[in-house]
Amino acid sequence: MKEEIILSVSNLSKSFGGLKALIDVSFQVKRGEIFGIIGPNGSGKTTLINCITGFIKPDSGKVHFKDRDITGFKPHKIAHMGIARTFQIMRPYYSLPAYKNLIVPLWSPRAKKLGGWRGGGKHGDRDTVAVDILEEIGFERDSRVPYKLASTLPTGYQKRLELARCIALRPEVIFCDEVFSGLSMSEIAGMIPLIEKMKMEGITLIMVEHRLRELFRVADRVMALNFGEKIAEGDPHEVIEDKRVKEAYLGSEGI
Amino acid sequence: MHILVYGVINSITLSLISLGFALVYSISRVPNFAHGALYITTGYIVWLFINKITGFPYLLAIILGISISGIIGALIYRLILIRIRGMEISEIIATYAIGVAILEGLRWGGLRGMTFTLPVFISGSTEILGVTVDFQRIVVVVCGALTFLFLYFFTHHTRVGLALRGIAQDERAAMMLGIDSDLTAILSLAIGSALAGFAALLLLPLGNIIVEAGYSVLIFAVAVCVIGGLGSLLGTVIASFIIGFAQILTDKYLSTHYQMVVALLAIIITLIVKPSGLFGKQKELEERV
Amino acid sequence: MEQLRRERLDRSLKVRTEGIYAISAFEEILYLLGPRLLFIVGILILPFILEAAPYWKRVINIMCAYAIIAISFDFLSNFVGLVCLGGALFTGIGGYFTAIYNHYFSFPMYLSIPLAAVSGALFCTVVLLPALPLRGVYFAIVTLMYPLLFSRIIEALNILGGTNGISGIQSFPNPYIEHYTVILILLFFLFGLRRFVNEDIGLVFRGVKDNDQAVKASGINVTTIKIYAVFIASLMGCFSGAYIAHLYMWAGLSLFALDFSIIPIASTVIGGGGTLIGAVIGSFILVPLSEILREAGTLRIVIYCVVLTLFIVFKSEGLMIYLQRKYHQFERWVKV
Repeated sequence: MKEEIILSVSNLSKSFGGLKALIDVSFQVKRGEIFGIIGPNGSGKTTLINCITGFIKPDSGKVHFKDRDITGFKPHKIAHMGIARTFQIMRPYYSLPAYKNLIVPLWSPRAKKLGGWRGGGKHGDRDTVAVDILEEIGFERDSRVPYKLASTLPTGYQKRLELARCIALRPEVIFCDEVFSGLSMSEIAGMIPLIEKMKMEGITLIMVEHRLRELFRVADRVMALNFGEKIAEGDPHEVIEDKRVKEAYLGSEGI
Repeated sequence: MHILVYGVINSITLSLISLGFALVYSISRVPNFAHGALYITTGYIVWLFINKITGFPYLLAIILGISISGIIGALIYRLILIRIRGMEISEIIATYAIGVAILEGLRWGGLRGMTFTLPVFISGSTEILGVTVDFQRIVVVVCGALTFLFLYFFTHHTRVGLALRGIAQDERAAMMLGIDSDLTAILSLAIGSALAGFAALLLLPLGNIIVEAGYSVLIFAVAVCVIGGLGSLLGTVIASFIIGFAQILTDKYLSTHYQMVVALLAIIITLIVKPSGLFGKQKELEERV
Repeated sequence: MEQLRRERLDRSLKVRTEGIYAISAFEEILYLLGPRLLFIVGILILPFILEAAPYWKRVINIMCAYAIIAISFDFLSNFVGLVCLGGALFTGIGGYFTAIYNHYFSFPMYLSIPLAAVSGALFCTVVLLPALPLRGVYFAIVTLMYPLLFSRIIEALNILGGTNGISGIQSFPNPYIEHYTVILILLFFLFGLRRFVNEDIGLVFRGVKDNDQAVKASGINVTTIKIYAVFIASLMGCFSGAYIAHLYMWAGLSLFALDFSIIPIASTVIGGGGTLIGAVIGSFILVPLSEILREAGTLRIVIYCVVLTLFIVFKSEGLMIYLQRKYHQFERWVKV
């Protein structure tokens, strides 16, 4: 695999009033890897995602995506370039059936530009494509689950739906904001193959996670944040042995 | 000089009418669109007291009027809003409908024309910086300033006030700490409505009690809050000063008809330049845009 | 004593899930299409039924005009999430535009109405542009002010007839054209929109209502979507305004009045938000009611508001959804 830097973040800072949520955070992500971001509660993980994907304007610092400066772009523009994200607080389109939730990304300019899903027809029938994607992500095609209202789905399926919404955009990078949290062990066990499959397809995954053990099963590299500062980066098992990371976690919770 | 003095008076008038609305929204997230209706209702109730019952003391009428306004506010929450809490669209429509119902009901019930006036507290006038100002307006300015100081102290230094602010910032966390969110919401509506009534009693003696005033009070309150950034008392006051002076200037150089136009233009410009309002926080920005 | 239990069966489920209507039994097609046909035929023959009561025949026009505004409110609030408390903006702009075209440029009626609808809608969209990024309460607050703003401007500048308005606008040549213009347009908008909201682009609109952040994250510009939505809604509102102006042969400040904002909202809530047809049914109830109460003056508005509040609090689903449920289910008592 060639070592291409797909996303590079340099000296990103953001403060809310007096609270410094991010202080000079820099890191680089290579194409096709799974990059984990860990840290205790309130360490600025979600703020980091929001800054990179354009939902919050950073105070200073730069974000480069494939050598293009995307700092301060509008969220839809960043998504259009190929950076998808999930949200920590799951909010599917409640009033629509699960498979209709995917119509929105499938209708987006990016999906139109890239044409049909996996070499299907030019646009294909969006409904069929949507059900295909859902099946791939673990919705049983023949059951009634894909056709149920999104608001009635159990948590596990809603998480999958969030991911499916990203995949439908055919992105190059996906930011996963705590996809494992709130899931049972068996549900997580079901999610891990999905993540590995996405990696196989060449999608770069950046996973913000609380559940370290599960994250370490998939992540290639991780970065640790504490109080908005980067405290460690590298191989998962090295990072977890890092003194500062241990301190950060022991202060709040065990691993 | 005229502009300066009347600008200050007008600004404090505006902040008086909008503080109630701002307070309710910042604490309980209920946009109380019945604000203007409560304003007029209080004026009308006090008018009824002092005109229909001979010898009724004005001061007692005022106290009763303000308390009744507060009670109506609390009842609106307890009977109606509590059932639709959290459904933003329903809250807007319901409070707006209640407000319109009260105002149009009063109009139907005979509140028409120019015959309804309240007596001023102190008659007569004096000269400030060479401009003639009547005493009632001075009372307005003093009371306005006192109200602001009181509210600031109340929300920053008393237990109840701090609880209210806690709810405003994070309802769920505050509930976990044992603060009853319904109770605080009732309280906030009661205080907000009482403030509307208080403003009415200060300001109505300067004019007539007319239904149209109810609508314009609502609109100005809303304009001030959007510009100032909801949830910030200071923002509310500063926005009142901006609109207040802008209005006096248009009044002087253009025509009174443009007052509403100025308010709306101010809103639009604020939205384009700084969508969170002058003193809005990031959280608010996320809610708005 | 024998015990009874209420059993509830859902009739439509079978028909709906079978999918292919074309080959289903005739009764099932009738069962699904029946109410729709009843509505369409009913509204089309209404002018003939009311032949005997000329006064009520005119009410049909107003009723349908209000229904169109109500649909536009329902569409904006329940499918895009923009609660517009100032529906009167659309009627006012539409009315004044047609008055300008007809009165000052002497365009014929069949040209001035569509022209007013389209150009008025463009105008409204442009005017509302700064408010579009706003959500929820904030949008409602700002739109509330717009109709007032325009009536104040007209009053202050004393343009377009000032407080007297513009009179002498061309009227409809005969009552049947009058009725069927508005009825057909109503049916067109109603069924057109019903189809539209289930198309792919319509789903994007509904996505904006449910979760606009996620729509942004899907690479779609939410503001653009809102611009389309406001254009569609104001097109309907402006058409109604233009139609009403021609009906009364007059365009004045009362086109910006509270009635045009509050009755459509009340209709939508009573009829059932999010169904579109509910908004129509709501205004078919409220507008005749307001004709009956004409003598009562502003008490009408009080009644609307009280009914509206009661519906929001106690029957927030609205009549339409209630009736739909009752139609699709039948209940019977069975022995336990």
